[in-house]
Amino acid sequence: MSDNLIPVNGAPVSDLDLGPDAGLGEPLEPRLGHDLGSAPARTKRRRREWVQLLIDAVHYRRTQIGLVLFCFILVVVLFGPYVAPHSPYQFVVRPFAHPSSTALLGGDSLGRDVLSRVLYGGRSVLGLAILATVIGLGLGVSLGLLAGYARPAIDDVVMRLLDVLLAFPQIVFVLLMVSVLGPRLWLIVLTVGLSHAPRVARVTRGATLEIKERDFIKAAESLGVSRIKIAFAEILPNISSPLLVEFGLRLTYSVGLIAGLSFLGFGMQPPTADWGLMINENALGISIQPYSVFIPVALIAILTIGVNLATDGLSRAMIGIERDTGAS
Amino acid sequence: MPPLLKILIRRLALGVLTLFLVSLLVFAATQALPGDTARAILGRDATPARLATVRKQLGLDRPAVVQYGVWLKGVATGNMGKSLVAQEPVTKLLGNRVRNSAILVLLAALISVPLSILIGSLSGLLRDRWFDSTTSLGTLGLAALPEFVIGLLLVMLLATPIFHILPAVSYVNPDVSLWHQLNILVLPVATLVLAVSPYMVRILRASMIEVLESEYVQMARLKGMPERIVLRRHALPNAVIPAIQVIALNLAWLAGGVVVVEYVFNYPGIGTGLIDAVSNRDVPVIQAIVLLIAGLYVGFNLLADILQILISPRQRTGLQ
Repeated sequence: MSDNLIPVNGAPVSDLDLGPDAGLGEPLEPRLGHDLGSAPARTKRRRREWVQLLIDAVHYRRTQIGLVLFCFILVVVLFGPYVAPHSPYQFVVRPFAHPSSTALLGGDSLGRDVLSRVLYGGRSVLGLAILATVIGLGLGVSLGLLAGYARPAIDDVVMRLLDVLLAFPQIVFVLLMVSVLGPRLWLIVLTVGLSHAPRVARVTRGATLEIKERDFIKAAESLGVSRIKIAFAEILPNISSPLLVEFGLRLTYSVGLIAGLSFLGFGMQPPTADWGLMINENALGISIQPYSVFIPVALIAILTIGVNLATDGLSRAMIGIERDTGAS
Repeated sequence: MPPLLKILIRRLALGVLTLFLVSLLVFAATQALPGDTARAILGRDATPARLATVRKQLGLDRPAVVQYGVWLKGVATGNMGKSLVAQEPVTKLLGNRVRNSAILVLLAALISVPLSILIGSLSGLLRDRWFDSTTSLGTLGLAALPEFVIGLLLVMLLATPIFHILPAVSYVNPDVSLWHQLNILVLPVATLVLAVSPYMVRILRASMIEVLESEYVQMARLKGMPERIVLRRHALPNAVIPAIQVIALNLAWLAGGVVVVEYVFNYPGIGTGLIDAVSNRDVPVIQAIVLLIAGLYVGFNLLADILQILISPRQRTGLQ
């Protein structure tokens, strides 16, 4: 580990050294000289960074375990509804019935088949969580780029305003919004995303501040490329690794928040089959029919642990890449 | 030290400004309620005349800025208005709940901080041995789990017929002091501890590893100082210091973490209070609790920043 700390060439870190094999590819000068916006060079470079990160991350055992857990949930969510023995709304046994041949995991609080509801109930959790994460990342990255790459005055204003959002624990912020407009699905996805935004913006801003002093940004600026274009075409691809890690982290929290809101009774509404809501509905019967609570709890746990393990692998791989190239 | 004082005052002013903006946001959000408060109180088929009277009573006919001023003055003087549901002053309604939550958070903090310091530094000390790798995987898993999942897993482990050791639901007897019904506190506190500790453990581990590789620890060892004293005198204090900021931030997290955990155990604190109020759209109660939690959150964050400024020499001397 420690032998990677010393840059091989001993020279100051150059901008080309972002990927492990950078420097072998196109050199900086010709690229700028020809055409800054030339698509092949740019996509090649962009792909290299985060694809390389993914490839490196898969070498870690924890990433492998994380991906396996995540894929298990993905299979349950995607194919569950096709193999469910009953409709998730159909009353097939008596309330909180023990497992039987009719209902393999027993009945829920109303006598519906727990297994079928479990197989249907992941779509809302995973789908809404991914949606909220995408919204949060989109907002946060835009604001972070703005703060990091705009004039200091704008930076100050944006970050102070985001501090106001940061003053609310995420769940409290979402509950405040729910209290205003009621438990609407779009509102919950939007506010969960919004509550991620300041946190993502901080990471993006920090990474942007590091990148923007590099030579290739200065070169693009001196060529008169518009700042928006530089932000999205030059800076963004170069901070894709920390953002990928951030995506994983935010997805973990999104799952917790979305499922948690349903558990509190403010997310998905009955009679929808949803893991969070199932826990809420069946909590009273936990000692009679533990499966009706335990299975959804376990699936949420597997999902969040899987995503987090994979994310941890990514962040370890990222540190590795940075060490290899001597960038700090 | 004037530069230090300047930084501290600036940070404090920013904290106050944030709190002010937070109060503005809370007020504005709750004022945006479609269907106003008067209708919420009187119900759907209220006559226009009655609506007008109640609006006047509540001051809803005045401009929003004036209402905000009145509300803010109330917040400052401890008069947060009346609950729409219970028709009682909010402060009176929340008194017991605030105390209950405070006990919960305080116990969680008192247990999780020393525990995290112990496990984290041990883990750093025994780097890459089985204790470290177990802790590492354990904290990674726990950090991923939402609080309510941790709580429910504990319930299933300890409070269902299989192992009926602890009560799953907190039926707090209001006439008896909480200290005499500690058994109902065990599961909520344990949940909070498990939810908040992983981050502290990890930062302490990293910090400990860095300190153990430092020159002064090597120097102390080379001097022939017994390892026990090296650890106690040189390693541990220096490992804890950089972690103090993270510890303060995690205590800030507890202020929000109680919301869901209290709901899991039906614990009568501000968390369940908030959830009830949101279900009933009890605006004054929502405003009070959200403001309280946000205030605590901002306060702990401020504390974390100030501690960090005081601790780090570079910031203390104003050299960046």
